[in-house]
Amino acid sequence: MSNSNPVTPILQLKDVKIAYGGIQAVKGIDLELYRGELVCLIGANGAGKTTTLNALAGTLGLAGGELIYDGEAISTMPAHKRLRRGIALVPEGRGIFTRLTVEENLRMGAYIRNDSAAIEEDLEKVYTMLPRVKERLQQVAGTLSGGEQQMVAIGRALLSRPRLLLLDEPSMGLAPLVVEKIFEVVQTVKDEGVTILLVEQNANLALEFAQRGYVMDSGKISITGSGEELLANPAVRAAYLGEAA
Amino acid sequence: MDTLLQQLLNGLVVGSVYALVALGYTMVYGILGLINFAHGEVLMVGALTALTVITTLMGVSPDMPPLLLLGIGLLAAMVVCMIVAFLMERLAYRKLRNAPRLAPLITAIGVSFLLQTLAMIVWGRNYHTFPQLISTTPMQPIEGVYINPIQITTIVASAIIMVGLVLLVTRTKLGRAMRATAENHRVASLMGVDVNKIISLTFVLGAALAAVAGVLFASNYGIAHYAMGFMPGLKAFTAAVLGGIGNLGGAMLGGIVLGLVEAVGAGYIEHLTFGFLNSSYQDIFAFVILGIVLIFRPTGLLGERVSDRA
Ligand SMILES: Nc1ncnc2c1ncn2[C@@H]1O[C@H](COP(=O)(O)OP(=O)(O)O)[C@@H](O)[C@H]1O
Ligand SMILES: [Mg+2]
Repeated sequence: MSNSNPVTPILQLKDVKIAYGGIQAVKGIDLELYRGELVCLIGANGAGKTTTLNALAGTLGLAGGELIYDGEAISTMPAHKRLRRGIALVPEGRGIFTRLTVEENLRMGAYIRNDSAAIEEDLEKVYTMLPRVKERLQQVAGTLSGGEQQMVAIGRALLSRPRLLLLDEPSMGLAPLVVEKIFEVVQTVKDEGVTILLVEQNANLALEFAQRGYVMDSGKISITGSGEELLANPAVRAAYLGEAA
Repeated sequence: MDTLLQQLLNGLVVGSVYALVALGYTMVYGILGLINFAHGEVLMVGALTALTVITTLMGVSPDMPPLLLLGIGLLAAMVVCMIVAFLMERLAYRKLRNAPRLAPLITAIGVSFLLQTLAMIVWGRNYHTFPQLISTTPMQPIEGVYINPIQITTIVASAIIMVGLVLLVTRTKLGRAMRATAENHRVASLMGVDVNKIISLTFVLGAALAAVAGVLFASNYGIAHYAMGFMPGLKAFTAAVLGGIGNLGGAMLGGIVLGLVEAVGAGYIEHLTFGFLNSSYQDIFAFVILGIVLIFRPTGLLGERVSDRA
């Protein structure tokens, strides 16, 4: 799709390097996302996936390279401004405000908005998408189960009305049924036209959903291709899908 | 019995002032994990600013009504204190946000000395008479129990401000963002919250309360000077820890409890020690109480945990 598409990418990473202190965790990666795509980023633990997403959301700075979003260099833009441009991150470990209620968590997602009527509508939409959340609105969010917290984290990100949604291992530590539910929600969001970059350990599931994928290995992109190509790639199967090569 | 009632009433007045100041300590701690030891000095800056403004105005237009004078003095005190606190955070603490905990703590003590010294240069070393624009003539609502209008004002004004603050923090979008930031700066920024602004705002809000506390304090005692912030600052810090630092309700409760214990203790200390100590040793109570609470309940009266980001 991207090859034949003359449209410029919504997001472009050019030789992006990210370091913790002196140690480079991401060693120069290139990546493009086109409007409306669902792209996944897979790779072993410690490959640098979370680091990459945090740098995209703006909570980590770059050690080199460039981020272009919507034609604009955003490499030094702080996180709170990137959200206003439409980049939302559901962070690894969910980042729920455990002492706030579920409803307060969701409303935090709409912090940048002032269109109160539309916010209420969007809240209702989130409730219908996540019915289990609605029964627990006044509960302190720290008391929710992991799956419910993940739902709240995703719902909260959606309330900012993102154009680019970054998801960091939304299935981590959750039961298969819950994971399925979460992927249903991701699919719905994608169908609404939101561009999604999905980081997953659950590579099988992610690649089935995604149009394209990138494989990250020790801070570099090692393989890239369509979902089917990656699923069929013996090296990918061996490394991430638990098969002997 | 009447003495006890009288002591409780006096305690409530002082406790209200402690509570106002304790809120500033606890809000800053909640959001930064920082004990801002310079917060007591903000009270002093507030009192002395109000003093200067009020005496100047009295000189310029002697017929100005006392309440208007006090109002203008208070407003000026709040503005100056808010600026001082804003600069304090911006210039001294912000760069140390990720430094080891001892660094900002020592800096806070340094800022405290700096403010005291600056105040000494501006206002001199002398005690100033603070104009008592609200009457201090005692009334006797109950036989043998005295209360004066400035005491009533202190209790009522503090209560209104505290209710306002609680409503702000628990009911508004801004308050929600403050609580979210207190819990997790990074995730708050992912929600579009400008964390630096929220932190500045927290300092500024705390300073406004301290300014009110300073003006009330000086109005009650009729005195202001450059070192007047130290003791109430220390007591308010004690109150914040007593109530559970980081917890708004705790700061208010801690302030009131401390004021009550101190006042009642002062009334009975001579009996308790068989005449060995007199009421000028009342400061002992604050710290004895603090010691006892920290031994049996290290998180304070209402605190659940000391900090999530320790
Ligand atoms: N806060 C941090 N400080 C220092 N090193 C880190 C930090 N976070 C991650 N790393 C290191 O960066 C590398 C990439 O980590 P991460 O991006 O979390 O990988 P992934 O999400 O792919 O599992 C790892 O070697 C990890 O140890
Ligand atoms: Mg990760």
